[in-house]
Amino acid sequence: MRFAPALTSSRRFATGLLALAALVLVTGGDAGRPAFADTLDDAVNGLASSTGEKISASVKQLATLDDPRAIPALDALCDDRLRAGADGRAWIFDSHTHDLKDPVTGAPAPAGARPAKEVELDNDIRREAQPVLAQLQLASPDKSVRLAAAEELSKAGSDDAAVMLHKAYDKEKDKGVHDALALAVARLDIQSKDPAARLAAVQLIHKSGNDAMLGELQRLLSVGADGQPQEPDAQVRAEAKEALNAVMSRRRTITAVGSVIYGVSLASVLLFAALGLAITFGLLGVINMAHGEMLMLGAYATYAVQTFFQNHLTGAFQYYLAAAVPVAFIVTFAVGVVLERLVIRHLYNRPLETLLATWGISLILIQTVRLIFGAQNVAVANPDWLAGGVELAHGLVLPYNRIGVVVFVVAVSAAVWALLYRTRLGLNVRAITQNRNMAACVGIPTKRLDAWMFGLGSGIAGLGGVALSQLGNVGPELGQAYIIDSFMVVVLGGVGRLAGAIVSALGLGVINKLIEPAAGAVMGKIVVLGFIILFIQRRPQGLFAIKGRSEA
Amino acid sequence: MLDQGKNLTMIRRYALSSLLLLGASTFGACEKEEAKPAMAPAAPAAPAAPAAPAAAPADDKGPIKVGILHSLSGTMAISETSLKDVALMTIDEINEAGGVLGRKLEPVVVDPASNWPLFAEKARDLIQNQHVAVTFGCWTSVSRKSVLPVFEELNGLLFYPVQYEGEESSWNVFYTGAAPNQQAIPAVEYLMSKKGGNAKRWVLLGTDYVYPRTTNKILRYFLHSKGVADDDIMEKYTPFGHSDYQTIVADVKKFAAGKRTAVVSTINGDSNVPFYKELGNQGIKATDIPVVAFSVGEEELRGVDTKPLVGQLAAWNYFESIDNPTNKAFIDKWMAYVKKNNLPGGDKRVTNDPMEATYIGIHMWAQAVAQAHSTNVDAVRQAVGYQHFKAPSGFDITMDAENHHLHKPVFIGEVKADGQFRVVWKTDGPIKAEAWSPYIPDDKGKIANWLYPWACGNCTEAKYK
Amino acid sequence: MRERLLQFHGRRGWLILAVAAAALIILVPVLNSLPKSFPLSVPDYLIPLLGKFLCYGIMAIAMDLVWGYTGILSLGHALFFALGGYGMGMYLMRRMAGEGVYRSNLPDFMVFLDWKQLPWYWHGFQHFGFAVAMLLLVPGLLALVFGWFAFRSRIKGVYLSIVTQALTFAAMLLFFQNATGFGGNNGLTDFKHLLGRSLQSPATKMALYIASAVALVLTYLLCRFVVTSKLGRVLTAIRDAELKTRFCGYESTHYKVFVWTLSAMLCALAGALYVPQVGIINPSEMQPSNSIELAIWVAVGGRGTLIGPLLGALLLNGAKSYLTAAFPSAWLYVLGGIFVLVTLFLPRGVLGLLTAARKRKAAPAERPADLERPVATEHGAAPENAVVSP
Repeated sequence: MRFAPALTSSRRFATGLLALAALVLVTGGDAGRPAFADTLDDAVNGLASSTGEKISASVKQLATLDDPRAIPALDALCDDRLRAGADGRAWIFDSHTHDLKDPVTGAPAPAGARPAKEVELDNDIRREAQPVLAQLQLASPDKSVRLAAAEELSKAGSDDAAVMLHKAYDKEKDKGVHDALALAVARLDIQSKDPAARLAAVQLIHKSGNDAMLGELQRLLSVGADGQPQEPDAQVRAEAKEALNAVMSRRRTITAVGSVIYGVSLASVLLFAALGLAITFGLLGVINMAHGEMLMLGAYATYAVQTFFQNHLTGAFQYYLAAAVPVAFIVTFAVGVVLERLVIRHLYNRPLETLLATWGISLILIQTVRLIFGAQNVAVANPDWLAGGVELAHGLVLPYNRIGVVVFVVAVSAAVWALLYRTRLGLNVRAITQNRNMAACVGIPTKRLDAWMFGLGSGIAGLGGVALSQLGNVGPELGQAYIIDSFMVVVLGGVGRLAGAIVSALGLGVINKLIEPAAGAVMGKIVVLGFIILFIQRRPQGLFAIKGRSEA
Repeated sequence: MLDQGKNLTMIRRYALSSLLLLGASTFGACEKEEAKPAMAPAAPAAPAAPAAPAAAPADDKGPIKVGILHSLSGTMAISETSLKDVALMTIDEINEAGGVLGRKLEPVVVDPASNWPLFAEKARDLIQNQHVAVTFGCWTSVSRKSVLPVFEELNGLLFYPVQYEGEESSWNVFYTGAAPNQQAIPAVEYLMSKKGGNAKRWVLLGTDYVYPRTTNKILRYFLHSKGVADDDIMEKYTPFGHSDYQTIVADVKKFAAGKRTAVVSTINGDSNVPFYKELGNQGIKATDIPVVAFSVGEEELRGVDTKPLVGQLAAWNYFESIDNPTNKAFIDKWMAYVKKNNLPGGDKRVTNDPMEATYIGIHMWAQAVAQAHSTNVDAVRQAVGYQHFKAPSGFDITMDAENHHLHKPVFIGEVKADGQFRVVWKTDGPIKAEAWSPYIPDDKGKIANWLYPWACGNCTEAKYK
Repeated sequence: MRERLLQFHGRRGWLILAVAAAALIILVPVLNSLPKSFPLSVPDYLIPLLGKFLCYGIMAIAMDLVWGYTGILSLGHALFFALGGYGMGMYLMRRMAGEGVYRSNLPDFMVFLDWKQLPWYWHGFQHFGFAVAMLLLVPGLLALVFGWFAFRSRIKGVYLSIVTQALTFAAMLLFFQNATGFGGNNGLTDFKHLLGRSLQSPATKMALYIASAVALVLTYLLCRFVVTSKLGRVLTAIRDAELKTRFCGYESTHYKVFVWTLSAMLCALAGALYVPQVGIINPSEMQPSNSIELAIWVAVGGRGTLIGPLLGALLLNGAKSYLTAAFPSAWLYVLGGIFVLVTLFLPRGVLGLLTAARKRKAAPAERPADLERPVATEHGAAPENAVVSP
């Protein structure tokens, strides 16, 4: 199932409109609304009342009316898009065009409606409205709308809807929706007086493996205060026990799979942080403590591009990432080259000094960014196509932004590999790595390539910053959190090989995430660090060492 | 290295080094001058140089020095910089109205840089070296605990504006932020009620330090007293700055399967952003699993994309969205100050609970000084208790003379898409703080009452019989 | 004996040392006891500050021992400092049982964690002797084990630096957890008295300051003893050409482990003196940036001179205290700038500048390898290429 609220709501609106059009056609309606819609009108306007009780009453009224034309209004109510006009009527607010529209007809609001106030509602009212909305949406021709409605009803909903649910269940042709409706029906039936219905419900839960009813299953198997089991029927009890085992074992599998997936996602972040460092360290022998700040600069470049799009190119906002990627790369590439020319160049034979000098540069960079952008974190919004996630299985949601990061890092790694192993430039760089002096003798411009490679490493970190901006905070100290991890990945993976960085990032990410459910996030990290420290004692050159090199 | 004459190189190097260092200092100094015109220079603290003769304390003429002890760099800068700004604004406001006792207030701003030992050092510097009459500062409980011995030793006065875990009442501190019974407990009661979702299971999620630990301890005892079993409570902690919440959010989902669950979040600082992002990505809606946070306010929402958070809750004693004339005037004053001083963020700046608490605290202190006709700490301390102030929250707030805490109203707000809060529940009026939680068995009978005959912040019987 | 003492530094050097020690240990307390109106009087609030700086000085000298003289750049040395501090902190916490906020026998942080009894590793810390022994032995043991494994595997250079960074980072994460039992993010704080005397009284503060000064002088003498001995010669040889030294028959691992452990224990001592003066110890003392700053104190002062790092520590910390008060936004620029400029232009540090100015005529041509070595030691010691006498 997709979580894509923005797209679904416009579909819902379209559905409502279609339903209305159908209704008008069928009744051969006149210019205004049909007469019996006055009650609907009252109820819909009641949604914009000033007190919670009145709104609640209107929601109940709409439930009894069972009129799909109320769908846009209810949807807007839940989404905070409903407004109470100055004329006392309810209007739907469009945040992009700042228009007010009639909830039922879609007609624009007259001038008398403004200024419109927000409807004061809370989660309680939303909890009442959502099942009613779902109930109405069950009649929608759109499969995904019905699916969402069915899932909503499997979580909550009044018992009055039982009859309607059963009817929809019997009528439903689409398999996915049918299964979801089955769960909704099971949720109601499990409380039924009839043991056969209860048995059927438990069997349904067993088949679906869905853990939403876990509480109910456990209740069935529990023993009451009088020592008697809650569930009188033995067959139902047996079935419930099996269902419980099935659900728990499915949970365990999902947790394990989930850990591996989260591990891959963590690994992608680590790899982004470490890839650039692997290049500069592996190919140039330079330890760059300012590497984390390149990540930070990339993230801030994304922020700057986003702000620019927000202010000047609002229409194209969803595509700001396309512009952010090259901008971040160019900015960090440039900073890297400047850094190399000014400072690193003079310190090539002195790796320890490079360490200290680049640390100083990182302090300067952090403070500069802090003074320009403020010490506060800045908000970088995910574009709509990256928000939400895909539900691989019940209980396992893979967020789109993480998928995006994995895809991005694979693309970048492939590009770097292609650069190093399929271009002349890459050939020269590999030659320098193997034997700098010989390469210089053969005519390779080592100094220029050094600068470019350093720039490339920083540029990749900048791209990593773009990725990080979509996942978490953007603040001046963003880089500090990743610098140690980057080092660990590079040192573990072995210097000079791209494969080493990739494998070690994957390994560290997955191990960390596998330990986490048991020992907690921090212990996981400590164990990983401890493991690396011990591993390096055994094998100082790392996992994939270039043959023939003793030490950096 | 370079092939030119060695002397020339050395001279060039010295020149370059000196120029760069000079430039850096000037740049930094210039930034400082622009942004903080009211800052007073501090005396140098070079070790070997003899110190300048100490200025006479409790000067009867000339400006009254007021210390501001908030982190302007480091992890807490995000939250604390606004407190420094609003403190300076309040001081300007008081000065424009004529100052206190006819004397102007002079702020002394220091930066302890989110470094707890540095907090203690700066506090000592403010009191002993700068001779400030009062200090407004601290945010995290660690910083407060590290400066507490200094204030008690040197008989200084500290106003602490942030919500905290209670279990404390010091002779030298006035607490203008909420104690747990003014924030955490009402929030949990709300979530237990029908309006809040009838929560039966609880996830206590926090950052690993004293405030979440103590608050969760109190909440656990409170939940026990309401009949919630330990099996229905899940407690998890993450370190400061933690950013990967995938597994934790998945665990919350699992825990919530089948039973109405609410999350009480005492996650602090940066970690809130990735936490809420993850909640949104995994499809957790506020109507399914409501999350109430105690450390997320308007300021924290500024750095966050609020789409996935709509409907999630926060509990405070003040929200910027509260509609009353006092609050409007406060917000207007603040936006004017932001504009006049070109503070970063411009018109996106917000007001929040700790800022309101700072505002109240400074005014109450000024009122107390006027009433006591002196800046002497002991005299002012007597006068601060019982002070009233019409606060932006719309209520008349009093300072409790007994336990040194403010009586505060409680608001529960839902996040709106624009980063403001919609108030969904509030108390009828201010409630008194309980410095010692009655739910913790060890705290039974503990009293914080600095008036005669108790005269203690932490005792079970009166000092003077 | 006399000859050996003269090996430390010449007569003039000893004189300077005596004067400096007297100034620190005698003059400052005297100036402090003068009435406040005297122009030269040292105010009370400066005493703990100076004490803190002196502890940093001890740490810097210890770091110079491993870096300046043996060539091991450790970016995790502040870990040992912090461990020593924790040892002292545990003693102070045990001693104030019953006087904390919760009036409990357990330290306050255990009360808010709802623990009912002391963990096993806290037992024994109510005795001063035991506490002192542990705060020296535990970091020493950790250094010994780590050093043994690291140097035996021939880890050196940047790899070692990164691994030490990982070590201190992992320890920091561990100590930040409340569950580990050391106070978590709060650390150990709110100390009341030391050896029966209240920590708030000026007399105790003065005593701690004098103790720090004495410790500094003794540390300096000890390190001077080490570096002017045969062992010191081998250390310098290891720094300059380890392979050759090994081939000459010296087991470099043993030497490195020895100096590494010694340095760790000195840092722990510094930490133990630091904590009562500052009043708090918490895991942020273990953060990698503290160790990196330690390295820059040594670099600024001048590696391989013992005096240089001390100067560097005092200079930089003084500048930090001043700048974070007067120009808060400028401090990081200054610090970062110092990092860059010192590594680029002042490889021998400030002390090297001064010495080079004096010995401009005799300076050899600049080759990169040379810049790693300090100039001829001060105070007229024997020149570097003297044969090591058996």
